[in-house]
Formats: sequence, C-alpha cells, structure tokens
Amino acid sequence: MARIGVFICHCGENISATIDVAKVAEKAGKLSGVAFSIDYKYMCSDPGQTLIIESIKKHKLTGIVVAACSPRMHEGTFRKAAEKAGINPYMCEMANIREQVSWVHPKSDATTQKALDIVRTLVEKVKKDVALFPIKVPVTKTALVIGGGIAGIQSALDIANAGHQVIMVEKKPSIGGHMSQLSETFPTLDCSQCILTPRMVEVAQHPNITLHTYAEVESVSGFVGNFDVKIRMKAKSVDMKKCTGCGACSQKCPTKKIPDEFNEGMGFRTAIYSPFPQAVPNKPVIDRDHCTWFTKGGKCGLCKKICPTGAIDYDTQDEFIDVKVGAIITATGFDLKHADFFPEYGYGQFKDVIDGMQFERLASASGPTAGEIRRPSDGKVPEKIVFVACAGSRDKSKGIEYCSKICCMYTAKHAMLYKHKNHEGKAYVFYMDIRAAGKNYDEFVRRAIEDDDVNYIRGRVSRIYEKNGKLIVKGVDTLMNSEPVEIEADMVVLATAVVANIGAESLAQKLHISYDQHHFFSEAHPKLKPVETNTAGIMLAGACQSAKDIPESVSQASASASKAIGLFSSNELTREPIVAVVNRQAPPNFTSCTGCLLCMEVCPYHAIEKEEIKDRAGNLIKVAARVNAGLCQGCGTCVAMCRNKSIDIQGFTNDQMMSEVMALLNA
Amino acid sequence: MRIGFYPGCSLEESSKEYCDSLFAVAEKCNVTLEEIKDWNCCGASAAHNLNHDLAIALPARTLALAEKQGLTEIVVPCAACYSRLATSKNEISSNVAAKQKIENAIDLKLTVEITILTVFEFLKKYIFPVVDEHIVNKLNQKAACYYGCLYTRPKETAALEQIENPMEMDEVLAKAGATPIEWAFKTECCGAGLSVSRTDIVAKLSGKILEDAADRGAESIVVACPMCHMNLDMRRPEIKKQIKKDINIPVLFITQALGLSMGISADRLGMNKHYVPTDKVVTCIVKKEA
Repeated sequence: MARIGVFICHCGENISATIDVAKVAEKAGKLSGVAFSIDYKYMCSDPGQTLIIESIKKHKLTGIVVAACSPRMHEGTFRKAAEKAGINPYMCEMANIREQVSWVHPKSDATTQKALDIVRTLVEKVKKDVALFPIKVPVTKTALVIGGGIAGIQSALDIANAGHQVIMVEKKPSIGGHMSQLSETFPTLDCSQCILTPRMVEVAQHPNITLHTYAEVESVSGFVGNFDVKIRMKAKSVDMKKCTGCGACSQKCPTKKIPDEFNEGMGFRTAIYSPFPQAVPNKPVIDRDHCTWFTKGGKCGLCKKICPTGAIDYDTQDEFIDVKVGAIITATGFDLKHADFFPEYGYGQFKDVIDGMQFERLASASGPTAGEIRRPSDGKVPEKIVFVACAGSRDKSKGIEYCSKICCMYTAKHAMLYKHKNHEGKAYVFYMDIRAAGKNYDEFVRRAIEDDDVNYIRGRVSRIYEKNGKLIVKGVDTLMNSEPVEIEADMVVLATAVVANIGAESLAQKLHISYDQHHFFSEAHPKLKPVETNTAGIMLAGACQSAKDIPESVSQASASASKAIGLFSSNELTREPIVAVVNRQAPPNFTSCTGCLLCMEVCPYHAIEKEEIKDRAGNLIKVAARVNAGLCQGCGTCVAMCRNKSIDIQGFTNDQMMSEVMALLNA
Repeated sequence: MRIGFYPGCSLEESSKEYCDSLFAVAEKCNVTLEEIKDWNCCGASAAHNLNHDLAIALPARTLALAEKQGLTEIVVPCAACYSRLATSKNEISSNVAAKQKIENAIDLKLTVEITILTVFEFLKKYIFPVVDEHIVNKLNQKAACYYGCLYTRPKETAALEQIENPMEMDEVLAKAGATPIEWAFKTECCGAGLSVSRTDIVAKLSGKILEDAADRGAESIVVACPMCHMNLDMRRPEIKKQIKKDINIPVLFITQALGLSMGISADRLGMNKHYVPTDKVVTCIVKKEA
C-alpha cells in the first residue's frame, strides 16, 4: 500500500502569489494513497529539505511528489533528500507548478485547479514508480585522437600529460596538418613551422602517445568508456624500424614529376617521399598510385637497391589493428574550395589565380619559391596582386551561406607579407565586411591598411579574365558610389571557402555522430556543449566542427582533452537509469518481444542489438531485442515503434504515462 | 503536343527576324507554335520599377490566357519577357495571398502549372531530337555566344545550368558547325534598358563586349535577347566613338544561326534586317560533309 507525501513549495512568491498553495496541499492530502501533505515557503532550502526528510521518516512514506519548479532545476536536490531519508531516489517525482502554471497563468481558481491536476497526475505516477539504480560502466582510460593537425596534437598532448594513454591516427604520412603548410601566422607574424614542429616532435616522443601515421579509422563500435576501434594501417612499403630517414631513396627515385600535395600542386615530389623536411615521422612512404614498381608491374626497384638498411619492402599489405579506447576526439580538420569552383574567376584555368593555401606555400621559406612571391605561370614577381575575400563564403548562390571566419585575417596577412617582400608592389583586397574579432586582430588589419598601404576595396569581384597577359579583375567599390572597378593584376589570390573534409561524412557515420548540411560535425549544444557530440564519449576539436583559426582550434582541443580527462577520472561511469529495457518473463516465454527488431532500425544511438536466447544445450529458442544501457539515451523512439509493448523506458513506462493521463481524465 | 508561343513586343517589331527565324526552324522540323490569343505586354523594363503588383499582374494575365487556351507549355523567346513571366509565375505559385490578389486584378483564374520554356529549352526539347537530319551546312566560323543577364540572373529565374559560364548556346552553335569561342563577356551587361536614356553607358558596356569578342577572333556574335541584339547591333556608331575602334562583327540571333545551318534562305531568316551587314556570315558557310 502506497504512502505518498506531497510537498507544495511557495518558491517565495513565485508560486504562492498565483496559486492557492494551502488549498492545493489540503486537497492533495485527500487523494487516494496520499498519507501526508504540506506546503512550505522554500522547499529547496535546508529547512525545506529537512522537512521532507523528517516527514518521510515520521509518516513512513514510500514515495514523494514535490510540487515546485521544473525537474531540470531541482529534481536532483529532492532525490538526494529522499535518499537521505532512506527511500530510493527514483521514488521522488516533481510536479512543475512554477514554469507550467504560476509563471504562465494569472491568479485564479482555474490556475489553482491546474496545479492540483498536475499534482494528481504525479501522485498516480509515483504509485507506479519502482526502485531504480544508477548504471555503472567501466572506463578504458585510453583516448583515440583522429587527426594529427594542431587540434589533434594539442588534445593528444594534454591527455598524455595528464597521465593517460593516447592513440593518434593520421591519414597522411606525417602529422602537422594544414598548420605545417602555413608561412607566418596572424596576428603576430611568427613562423608557423617554428612554433608547430616542437609540438610535433613532442607527440612522437611522448611515452603515453602511440602514433599511427598513414592510417585511418576503419570502424568503430561500443560506447562511452568502451569503444572498439579498428584502424587500417596503410601499406607504407617501408619498414619503419629499419629506415633511418636518410632520404637516399627519395633523391634517387626516378618518378619525380608528381604534383606535390604539401605545396598545393605548385611543386613536384617523388613516388617515395616524405611530405616535407620537418615531417614527423621523417621517414618516407611509397605512393603506390605513382610508383613504377606498382604501376608498371615490378619495374624499377631502384630505392630497394640503394637503401643502406634494406628497409624497402614492396610486399607489405594494409594491416588492421584493433584497439580499445574510452574516449574519442575527432580533429580531422577542413579543406578549402579551389579556384576550379569558380567559373566567374576562370574555373582554375588561369595559372595565376590561386587560392589562399597556395599563397601560403609561395610565401613560405620551405615552399616552391623559397619564400619569394613569384607567380606560378612564369615565375615573375607580380607587381600587382588582387586578393579576393569571401570567395564562395557567405554566398547563397554557391550553396555556402556561412562565413569561413579565417579569411579576413589571413588575407590581411597575405597582403602584408607581399608588401613586406615587395615594397614597390601594389596589393588590393576586395572584401564584404572585415571580420577581425579576436585579440589584436583588428589592430592587425589596420596595420595592413595604414602602415603597409594595402588598398581595401569594399565590394565583390564579378569576373576575372585574361587579357594581354594581365588578369582583369572586375568588381565594384560600394563605398565609392558603387562605381565599377577594373584592376589589371599580375596575380589573384582567392580566399576560398573553408569546407569540410571529403571523408567527413563517412567518418561521422562510422562514429555515429551527427553532422550539418555542409558535413561539419555537430556539437551537442551550440552554447553549453560546444565540444561534445551527441554520442557520449566522442568530442570535437578544431575545424572539423566549423571554420576555426589556430588559437580557437587549440582552445577547443584543450577543452575536448579536459572532457576526456574528466571521463578518465574514475574507474566507472555512472549513468541515470532512464534507459529502455526489453521485458523479461518466465520460461517458456522469456520475453514478450517477438524479435521483429523494428526498434533496432529506429534507434538513433545504435543502442539496440539482437539477442539470441538459447537453452542449456545451446539450441536457439528465440530472437529478441536487447538494449545496451551504456549507449541508450532514453529517447523513447523504440517504445513508440514497438508493436506489442515489449520495450519500455525505466522511470517513464507506458503504464506510468497511461496512469497520468487517466488521472487527468478521471478528474 | 501543343506548344504555346508568346512573342512579346520585340518579336513583332524590332526583332522580327528573331521571330521569323524561330518559325522557319520550327517549320522545318515540323513543330507548330500556337500564339497566345489576346496576349499583352510583359511589363519589362518599366513596370517592375513602378508598381510591383502591376509587374506581377501583367505577365499573370498572359499566363492565365494561355491556360484558358488549354496550353501547358509556352515558349518565350525574348529574354526580358522570359524573366518577367518566370518571376510572375514564381511569386504567384509561392504566395497564396499574392495569387488571390492578382487573380482579382486580372479577373482570371490561374493554376500556374504552365511550363515556360526559354528558346534554349525549346530547341533542346523539340528541335534537337530531329535537327541532325535537317542540318546541311556548316557555319564554319568562330562565334561568340553572348547570353547577357536576363537568362542568368537572378538565381531564382535563371534558366541556364551554369549561370557564371553558360554553355547552352555554345551547344547549339557547335551543332550548327560553328566554333564557339571561350571568352570573358558571356554574361556581362550590355547596358540594357539604358539604350535610350544613357546611350553613353550602353556604348561603353557594349563596346567592351565587342572588343573582347574581336580580340579573341570572333567572326560573329550570337544572342538570344532582342535588347542585347539592339545594343550590340544598332549602337555601333556610338560604340565606335566610345572605344575609338571600328568593329564590324555581325550579331545574329541563335535561331538565325541554326536556320542557316539548316539551309534556310537568308531572306527567310531576315539576315538583311541588321544594321551591321551579315554577308560575311553567309559567305563563310560551307556544305556539310556527308
């Protein structure tokens, strides 16, 4: 027999000014099953909680309803009080008579009646509450970091320095990401590689970090604290243990004319190569798509002949390793649109219309021109460069509505670098707005305009075409009476839109994390959970979530790392038991579930699996659904789909919901 | 299949040769065009600057009449007419309140399920499937295909696949045995409606178009818009003054070019109706090899 206590809170005057709380308490006390009811000024205060605890003990209450604010606000508080009084905390329910009643209605009898109605439904629910216990899952204290750019490096180092194991997977032959390609960085103009390479080396040498380059995540299963990850180790054709990184193979490789990805196609590399001199690890791999040994069936073999340590092995195959990790940080970065995306700018046909990353390589001391800014077509130093900001970004007609965020700053930097190297040169920047909201950012742009004499023109560029060896840039100056502007340039740099990596969508599907229409990964909450994903235990770092500059990527990477470290701070994870369960019955039924597995199809968290119920001899008796409590988020989609009510959410069962509805209807 | 035809004012008067050549090509391919009875002005250039409702109502009346006539598809060869009809259709079909208002104003009912075809779409759908058997000549010249603005802007009514670098007309000219050139002014502005009020601006803008075509060796410029045609063809004296250059490249309508390749007589195609003589275009033509 239920003995239920009802506690009506005044919430100062928040509730009592609108609702006749004494009347609600009085009427609630007369409800069937209610053994005690009382109202009090602040139920969440210490004396209020003591009142609850003492009442539970004194009146031997089996469950309580606290009629007060939203459960979001104080459910935890009152459940703890219930637990202190010796009853199961899940025998405490909240009737929200503040947000749902007193705050939204005027003072009236009807308002008081509504508060009572809500209390009544919760009394019926409590009658069907059962004791629930938090779910405990063990934690594997190893993090997987996907991507070895600056974001991944930061996350990995933070987690490793906190004493936990990290496995880093990078798809390219070296870590370093886009940052290793940059010349100088805004707003300080310090050399990108100079600040990055020590961190790359730290990753490689850290005792807690296992680095897998030339590797990709093949599949992911499991759940927070307990992920099972299969990693594909692409065949490098070079034995990393034997190779000393002497570089003799790359020097002698006869296939020399492969467009160099690191230099954005503006230089060449060999088929056996290490992407750049400061690569980590600085050991080469063979690009099998271009190596004549592989393309022409066993011809050449020069690198193998000359390798002093016998490290070359043409027969290596892709290998797979399985690892167990507790947390995953995705730091897979971004890509850029290229000039070929823009028919109006010559769709990539004009050699001297380049994108921002190509300009970085031209300005970089390690680039194809050793840092001299020379145009790709004939190697001449351009006398006039036009920079086009927002190339593709903030342009609905291009399908890219968002701001790429980094272009205003790097365009100012590009124009500055050019002016610093060519004092007589002229630099023009076409822009929509200057978005330089960061520490010392606007000052940096002003420097470009005021000290370095860069001509900023507010307007867009409608077309670029070649005429007599010049690039004619047609645009408009919207601050000068919208006059059409034509500039004869020697080179044009397009600050093309930042877009998601090509593989982003398929990785998101492997990880079961959500992504937006542009394939950037989605955070769990745009304000309050900006680094978590909807899948517990998977965090985001850097530009895989949205366009970000270096300081922002690093900040987010550290935030993600702290989430992982937090996860690893205990040996077990405790979760609310508000999860779905498939009912169990005595043999020969075992369960009412018929194994149609529609629930498995609709579960957004992949929390439902197929269970085979067998007898002692191992014969299959029945197929049924089973919920993995570690993965289930308690959304209830499976309950709605289940055709014979075999699956239910603990704490929100069909039966409880029905009782609440009936309580209202039977008023 | 009945195909409706909306001439608009230009095709009856200043660009009669566009109309004649379109009908000549259609006739050769056994395609019949049915004029919308009692059609009215599309309101181009003027109405949408003065009164938004009027600008939607004028084309709407024509669309309603076409529907009443039982047409489900109409071809609108003039770029400005196309733009106005498409804009009107878009607004009426996406806005119930606007639809009612316009229906009251024109005192006719609309379903707006009618398909509006540009000349490119018409050629592709009805002429292309049978055209090869009719093409007997090779135009044998470098042609600059000029699309102008109204087929490419705004995005909502743009009728071409790549609005920054359209290829539909290039495709037609290639079929007719010409060599379409790559050039920079395919979709630049010709000066359009400023033709009368600010002829100097038209001369400047159209002059640049002609210059680029000439620089790249074009022997003819091909258009699908009466306004573009007028500016590029009729304004040569003003253009000459502006760019200090004499450019004599003739300007043809797309249907004239196609008609020539089909062996239709220059007279029938109205080749004598241009300010810049078109003789050179005709003399370039050679018989197509079997």
